[in-house]
Amino acid sequence: MQRHMEPILSIREVSKSYGNFKALDKVSLEVPAHSIYGLLGPNGAGKTTLIRIINQITFPDQGEILLGGVPLKPEHVAHIGYLPEERGLYKNMKVGEQALYLAQLKGLSRADARKELNYWFEKLDIGDWWNRKVQELSKGMAQKIQFITTVLHRPRLLIFDEPFSGFDPINAALIKDQILELRREGASIIFSTHRMESVEELCEYIALIHRSHKILEGRLANIKKAYRKNQYRVRWTPRDGDEGLNGMQVMAPVVRSAFDPDEKIWDFVVRLEDEKQSEFMEYLTGRGVLTAFQEVIPSVNDIFIQTVQNQETDA
Amino acid sequence: MRKLGLIIRREYLAKVRNKSFVIMTFLSPILLVGMVVLIAYLTKINDNEKRIVSVLNESSFFQGDFLPQPGVSFVRLQDLSLEEAKDSTLSMGYYGLLYLEDGERLDWVAERAYLYTREAPSTSVLERIERILESGLRLYRLEELGMSPQTYADLGAGYEINTATFAGERSVKGINEFKALVGGGFGYLIMMFIIIYGGFVMRSVIEEKTSRIIEIIISSVKPFQLMLGKIIGTSLAGITQFLIWIISASLLMVLVLIFLDLDPAILLERPGTAPGLEGFNPADQLQTDATTALIVEEFLNIPMGLMIGFFLVYFVLGYLIYSSIYAAIGAAVDNETDTQQFIFPIILPLMLAIYVGFFSVFSNPHGPIAVGFSIFPLTSPIVMMMRLPGGVGEGGVPVWQLVLSIVLLILTFLAIVYLASRIYRVGILMYGKKPTYRELLKWLKY
Repeated sequence: MQRHMEPILSIREVSKSYGNFKALDKVSLEVPAHSIYGLLGPNGAGKTTLIRIINQITFPDQGEILLGGVPLKPEHVAHIGYLPEERGLYKNMKVGEQALYLAQLKGLSRADARKELNYWFEKLDIGDWWNRKVQELSKGMAQKIQFITTVLHRPRLLIFDEPFSGFDPINAALIKDQILELRREGASIIFSTHRMESVEELCEYIALIHRSHKILEGRLANIKKAYRKNQYRVRWTPRDGDEGLNGMQVMAPVVRSAFDPDEKIWDFVVRLEDEKQSEFMEYLTGRGVLTAFQEVIPSVNDIFIQTVQNQETDA
Repeated sequence: MRKLGLIIRREYLAKVRNKSFVIMTFLSPILLVGMVVLIAYLTKINDNEKRIVSVLNESSFFQGDFLPQPGVSFVRLQDLSLEEAKDSTLSMGYYGLLYLEDGERLDWVAERAYLYTREAPSTSVLERIERILESGLRLYRLEELGMSPQTYADLGAGYEINTATFAGERSVKGINEFKALVGGGFGYLIMMFIIIYGGFVMRSVIEEKTSRIIEIIISSVKPFQLMLGKIIGTSLAGITQFLIWIISASLLMVLVLIFLDLDPAILLERPGTAPGLEGFNPADQLQTDATTALIVEEFLNIPMGLMIGFFLVYFVLGYLIYSSIYAAIGAAVDNETDTQQFIFPIILPLMLAIYVGFFSVFSNPHGPIAVGFSIFPLTSPIVMMMRLPGGVGEGGVPVWQLVLSIVLLILTFLAIVYLASRIYRVGILMYGKKPTYRELLKWLKY
């Protein structure tokens, strides 16, 4: 799609050191507009440092950051919404007052903040919390308030660091829907997490940061394509016993196999070149009963682990 | 600027609405006034308790000397034997019995006088009785020597040299102390304010850190804005509290004095004249009055406008310096128990300023120690305030010292606020371990 082309955020050769420790080493990223962008990496890889640089909490030693094509300026904090991983609220303040304060710090007028808050409180069904103190809320309830204060000022770029931690499954689903809705309304979203299943579900793009370096970036679908190993899962019952099996192994070497003696079904993972696909299918259907044929697609988790491991052995 | 305003407003309201703050604000004046009233009341009761001592005077001396006094009064017993007198004193429930044997000479009688009491006699009663006998004895001895009481008083009169400034004003000895005390009041106020509200700033930073609200706030505001807003908001709350204290304590005090009909003078310490010479030297009284008048005059001479003006300068700069250090400490640690090792070096110059002030500035407001400490930026807000009641210019603080001290203070303020904000900026996002001084130095470079 055309609108994905121009990046909302460009990070160019950004480096940052703390004393002798290099937190980021010439990291470059392009976050396409109106997409959900997964920022992945093991603990201590430099993700938080990068996010803090985008939020102008810390500043890079080298490199450049562009937001919507313009070098990052202090006023840009009003266009960014950041939900940090370690997050809290003033315990002694009332919910509504606190949300108003945080919204005003983001640059909203008091009246606008009030209006937006009413909308969101209604939407997340927490209208009656306005005058309660934060210390009376459960962790999940506090998370909702934090979510609202992140998105309230309708930022162009949203950064969520582990947004689902602390939510029960129902509220996690609710928040996920809100994130998707925000994207539909035009926001661009950076999503930093360890929970790979949510990356799989939500992200169109991912970047992998490891030991202060970016080691992988791109469209998730393309990355998956690049990481495919031409492996297929096959469930098959041969009609003529071992002979059929041997013939099959000649065409596609077996990676793993299992046999279900009750159902008399073989369960294989085989390696198969793309051009041999139709020939192989013909063979299987001709020599037996085929119940399943499916490409084995690497999960983000696999890609993550494999890339990190490759990096380790290279280093 | 709008954000700074928002932060100041939040910090102010958070502090002022805090329950313990509200309680402290309104309870303290009541406690203070209550204590004063209690002391005044107890003093009154103490004065009212009269002990009665019966006197069996068989001699011809000391007749009419045993007059009622504060705390003790006397009952004359006559025509009784000592044993009977003891019995009747006991049965009347009197405090004790003073027995004077008959004799030819007053000194002999006085020497053989006995005070009988149930238990060991109270010193105040004892002193008063001894005083009566002593002054009788003194008059008797003077008579023996053929000397008039006036001659004796003249003999014992002390001597004080007259002092004046070159400008020709009469000055009073001890006025240095007095002036420094007025300045010390201002200096002490600065110190107390720094310690109390600096601590508030620090705790508020720690609270933001431990609750992790800082992570959310910090993407909207600059750390420096947050630090400054916190310091200003907290100090405004502090000033509010101080004003409420001063106004309500004065009001309460006036009300209490009116309703309980207490004499405010009993609260003031009055130096007593040397015992035994009361009434001998009316000149003493005159001298005291003159001194009081001079002190009042000198007090009026203290340039109050100038004092208040410089108080504001030193107060604002001193408080900003120290509270930004407090903020940096709060940012460096995870909880209050870790703050001790960092707080001590802050309190040290403050304590030093107060002690040096009271020991050195009192006796010599323009000596080298006083000058040094009133120029050194971490102690100057307090020590300079103690020197300032002497005025500025001739006879007071030289203008160059004042200017140097303020310039140094401003430079220090800029440097400290810069360094503190560097530490603050890094510290607020660091958790887990208590940093060492070496690590704090490293943070400055991040």
